[in-house]
Amino acid sequence: MKITKKEVKKIADLAKLALTDEEKEKFTRQLGEILAYMEILNRVNTENIPPAYHIHETKNVFRKDQSEKWLNQDEATANAPKKFKGYFSVPKVIRKG
Amino acid sequence: MKYEAVIGLEVHAQLKTESKIFCSCSAGFGADPNSQACPICMGMPGVLPVVNEKAVEFAIKAGCATHCTIADYSVFARKNYFYPDLPKGYQISQFEEPICSDGYVEIEHNGDIKKIGLIRIHLEEDAGKSVHAEEWVPEEETLVDLNRCGVPLIEIVSQPDIRSPREATLYLAQLKRILEYLEISDCNMEEGSLRCDANISLRPVRTEQLGTKTELKNMNSFKSIEKALDYEITRQTEILNRGEKVQQQTLLWNADENRIEPMRTKEESDDYRYFPDPDLVPLYVTSDRVAQLQKELPELAVEKKRRFMKEFELPAYDAEVLTASKNLAGFFEETVALHANAKAVSNFVMGEVNRYLSENKKGIEKTALTPEKLAQLLDLIESGAINLKTAKLIFPDIVRSDRSPEKIVKQRGLAQVSDESELRQIVQEVVRNNPNETAKYLAGKIKVMGFLVGRVMRATRGKGNPKMVNQLLLEELNKRKHD
Repeated sequence: MKITKKEVKKIADLAKLALTDEEKEKFTRQLGEILAYMEILNRVNTENIPPAYHIHETKNVFRKDQSEKWLNQDEATANAPKKFKGYFSVPKVIRKG
Repeated sequence: MKYEAVIGLEVHAQLKTESKIFCSCSAGFGADPNSQACPICMGMPGVLPVVNEKAVEFAIKAGCATHCTIADYSVFARKNYFYPDLPKGYQISQFEEPICSDGYVEIEHNGDIKKIGLIRIHLEEDAGKSVHAEEWVPEEETLVDLNRCGVPLIEIVSQPDIRSPREATLYLAQLKRILEYLEISDCNMEEGSLRCDANISLRPVRTEQLGTKTELKNMNSFKSIEKALDYEITRQTEILNRGEKVQQQTLLWNADENRIEPMRTKEESDDYRYFPDPDLVPLYVTSDRVAQLQKELPELAVEKKRRFMKEFELPAYDAEVLTASKNLAGFFEETVALHANAKAVSNFVMGEVNRYLSENKKGIEKTALTPEKLAQLLDLIESGAINLKTAKLIFPDIVRSDRSPEKIVKQRGLAQVSDESELRQIVQEVVRNNPNETAKYLAGKIKVMGFLVGRVMRATRGKGNPKMVNQLLLEELNKRKHD
């Protein structure tokens, strides 16, 4: 087993996913299988090979520092379920505690 | 037991670019809520961020000015967490390969120079702004403005080299000065373009092992930082003295009530589940490019200070005050080019000019004062046309008015009285009208001289040439000594 049920629960909590006990069992098994499959890569000798952070060979794609108007306030908040004076309105977030 | 504080600062500085870091929305401050947002910074599916060249350039400049190693290869990563002001569910930042690392900033404390090490400087995007404390916000709601989402930031992480709240503010002031001189950030703590968090732990003096640290947030002024760190050092000392353990946690500084409140148990770094952002390709910076940017760096405050001391023979204190801002230093130099007595210029800038600036809460560039006006004013003092007191009196007028200092002096009838016979007459009158003081002086109480000078100056409405007044008064008094 590459991953425990406890780890699956932790990952689900971090992703704010509510899983049933059955789902936790199922994903523990499935994720375990994926991780086991990925183990194949460990057979390759990667000594002295720098990590590949990106699959493309492309590098240094830049934008010029110029601004342009894209959306106005009404457009930007058009899909908001709730708004107030041009702001998105969400249930109160309390940072304390 | 005696403890020492071990402090490291994490400073976020907004970069002064026109557009955001990964999209073309304006990065300007103060616009209507959600009027500077687009599908990219709002985290819509299917969009592609592209990095702003200027933001990268600014980060490299910050690294060069703080003696960092500039990475020839660096990558962007996603830092995952949930918060309403972060619509993507992750912040694009740098994790494993930051653009700058291993630098230092020099601070001067009690005449000693100390290097505060920098672990890294990395590029990242800012989050949006949540509003809930204001009265007009409906109860039980938080309002979100996404204008700030995607504004470029650099995060500057220091080594835990700081040992006192005073060193912390000196370090921050020095860092602020560097970023301002580079013209890459406004560094306005009130507007939030410069933010500072602190990690702090205590350990018994002369030991190496680090204690459990807490993280302090929400300090939005130099005063707050010093107070919050003082408060936290006292708090941790008391805990340790009781034989208890400091709990690792994040604390918020409450500036209104001057106390610290716990925020949340600190998440482990792993909980952010950093991973390389597949939408952004790696950055390669050549040594030629670094050398070129290095060459573009302006003279920094530390260098300017040393030069001022040497070139203008100024005391260290003067040079420090004058180089506090690049614009003030420039103003000083331009004035000296017109009025060669550098110390006189320095005194006036440190005194009247700085007082005027702090009273009006303005930078020198935002006032109507020019080097020409100040040089003319100082010329008038030097030639004896007015005295220093008059110069100070008319200074606010000089700043605001288009008229030349000379004209202002003339119009207000403030030219210094240097006419000997006129002054002597006044002096004689004062001596005559103050027989008690005169007698005291003649009996050896030299201190009353000041009183008599004051009387003469009052009679001339502050315009008497102080040197001549002193001299004439001595003459008149001494005459009576022989009588």
